[in-house]
Amino acid sequence: MAQVSPLFIYNGESFETANCPVFGWDDFHSTLVQNLYSGARLSALFVRHDPEGPRLTAVLSLPEHSRIIVFSCRVGDAYPSLTLDCPQAHWFEREIAEKWSIIPEGHPWLKPIRFERTYSAQKIRACEIGVTDFFHMVGEEVHEVAVGPVHAGVIEPGHFRFQCHGETVYHLEISLGYQHRGIEQAIAGGPSSRTIHHMETLSGDSTIGHGTAYCRTVESLSGIQAPPRAQEIRAVAAELERIANHIGDLGALAGDVGFLPTLNYCGRIRGDVLNLTAEICGNRFGRGLAVPGGVPFDLDPGRAENILKRLARIQKDAEEAVELMFGTPSVLARMEGVGTMPVETARDIGLVGVAARACGISCDVRCEFPYEIYRFNLIPECTWSSCDCFARAYVRWLEVKQSIVFIFDQLRSLSQGPVIIEPRPPLPPERMTISLAEGWRGEICHVAGTDAQGRFSFYKIIDPSFHNWFGLACVLRGQQISDFPLCNKSFSLSYCGHDL
Amino acid sequence: MLEVLKARIHQKYRTIAYPDGPAPELSDRFAGKPLVRPGLCGRLQCARCLEICPTGAIELGTDSDPLIDMGKCLFCRKCEQVCPSGAIQFSPEYRLCAATRDELIVGPDSKDLSPAFNATAGRLFKRSFKLRQVCAGGCGACEADANVLGTPAWDMERFGIQFVASPRHADGLLITGPVTENMRLALEKTYEAVPAPKVVIAVGACAISGGAYADHPQQCNGASAIVPVDLFVPGCPPHPLTLLNALLRFICRIPESGNSG
Repeated sequence: MAQVSPLFIYNGESFETANCPVFGWDDFHSTLVQNLYSGARLSALFVRHDPEGPRLTAVLSLPEHSRIIVFSCRVGDAYPSLTLDCPQAHWFEREIAEKWSIIPEGHPWLKPIRFERTYSAQKIRACEIGVTDFFHMVGEEVHEVAVGPVHAGVIEPGHFRFQCHGETVYHLEISLGYQHRGIEQAIAGGPSSRTIHHMETLSGDSTIGHGTAYCRTVESLSGIQAPPRAQEIRAVAAELERIANHIGDLGALAGDVGFLPTLNYCGRIRGDVLNLTAEICGNRFGRGLAVPGGVPFDLDPGRAENILKRLARIQKDAEEAVELMFGTPSVLARMEGVGTMPVETARDIGLVGVAARACGISCDVRCEFPYEIYRFNLIPECTWSSCDCFARAYVRWLEVKQSIVFIFDQLRSLSQGPVIIEPRPPLPPERMTISLAEGWRGEICHVAGTDAQGRFSFYKIIDPSFHNWFGLACVLRGQQISDFPLCNKSFSLSYCGHDL
Repeated sequence: MLEVLKARIHQKYRTIAYPDGPAPELSDRFAGKPLVRPGLCGRLQCARCLEICPTGAIELGTDSDPLIDMGKCLFCRKCEQVCPSGAIQFSPEYRLCAATRDELIVGPDSKDLSPAFNATAGRLFKRSFKLRQVCAGGCGACEADANVLGTPAWDMERFGIQFVASPRHADGLLITGPVTENMRLALEKTYEAVPAPKVVIAVGACAISGGAYADHPQQCNGASAIVPVDLFVPGCPPHPLTLLNALLRFICRIPESGNSG
């Protein structure tokens, strides 16, 4: 047997495409399974095409070693499904089958995840969204509840099928794809003048998260690093994004259990935080803040001071509003023990972000695969182990507090120097890179490669929601259907980030 | 209970005074309506703005001044940055909406404010305007900032404006996103379910023109391809103030000109 070893890299390290190892199927399978069993996470599994045909490529993150491993395997029209041995692969394999018509044989539930009109022109399937087999339960008094794509609230579209007996949900199946707008397809061949805007709108509330991951991808390929001051400003913006979204979610959770004071205060405070982001770059969502090479906006001392002052006020308001909720027994009674996720299931399906940390699982890119300024200014990881809606709410609050402290530290000690490197060198040919970042929802993974002309030959994006939607389906089992809004909000996942 | 009351006193009454009082202060880096300063571009005609614009929102007009289509504009300010003659400038003007697509095009001779008033809306919905929001693709940011209008800081329910759960309870649709192929049918059905007379508001660059996704085969380049649109609110995403101003002018709750408008 030939000696094979995967490629070990750091978060954001680039390498020659030719150095991505090609395994035989058995080695590919065993490397994947062994690493996942010993604590690795499947960050990406995708197919890319080179002149010799499709290549199944796996990206595993090894938290214990702070390393990422990459390896690949040639596949034809079909290969034996990995899902049976590695449940984390199940959604990725459905994506591969839908996009490339490469069939993972033996996959337990093979159906489209986005109802794409596929890339490869010769293999276009006319599929109508939502028209597919759904898991179905039969029996006396069993009934099915179908919700969406257009929901009651002002939220994104998705379809939910509940199998119920009385009030109890036995199974929930989530069918997405309504937001699919062809981003990965449009980025290939770039970067173009639109690419940064595609990145910023992968999931509009994660503009900084995805924007930074993209900038680091380009910077890594070009062999540069953003100046320290730019890294600090990006990190401040990333934490502001985290605070704003977490506070908004805490308010919405309060609303879902009928506790209106916190709903109303947090709704306003979230806006106050967004306005701080606008103070830096003019846009509440951080559009235009991160660009390859650095940031185009500097923070003069007066502006930083103004942000600090306003953040201190936000901190005070938020503490009162959120602790009011967590100090109210009737709120806790509605959150504790609801939507409980068994820890083993969370590990098996590869949950990331807040949902994983609320199961006591260590899983934070900022700590495990530190990048940019997080390498020098550590941010503590927040976990809670009750695995329920309360835990998912409480972890958010713990993170908000840490992020506020982090921003205070950063803004009081900004490095001197430029905020952007100009001009930026062009992208080199035939290189690949992997960039992980911790968005407010969890692990963001961008994998990119260039062709002979230095254009993107492929660009793979994995939003944290891609890992976590199935987790929401899992926690609904055995719950009251009326607890769905609460459970849904406790995960607070992105439809557009999933659908791309 | 005492804690709740205490918090209520601390958090204070925070609803903005607008439109009776001043509008809330925006960041000095906020990009509002683009202005074209006449005669500056003509000598150069370098077309750098045309090349850098991610959505093709800029054209060179007949008198060789640029024309900017706010319906396509992502307000990224790149044109302003590359223009060697300073012909394009983004102003802090947040009132951006218009009742017709053509009025979103800004040139050197553009009027200050495009009309947004809708006769049906002004007559029927002035005191009670119920909207069904349909997210038809896009990134979720427009929805997020539309939701903000429901928070106590903006409180659009002061004006009887509300997002409702069912299209059958609604007076119209507020559409965001470029209308993906996968949402086309759902949007058509939702539109049909709204009782007449009904209005449609397209919010954000995506819903007006496809925005950053324009000409992708997976979407329809905006809501107009599927339903007739009565009000266009540009931005990526529009600031809540832009949206609130648009809704109020649409139903004739504030005058179409003057400082408070």
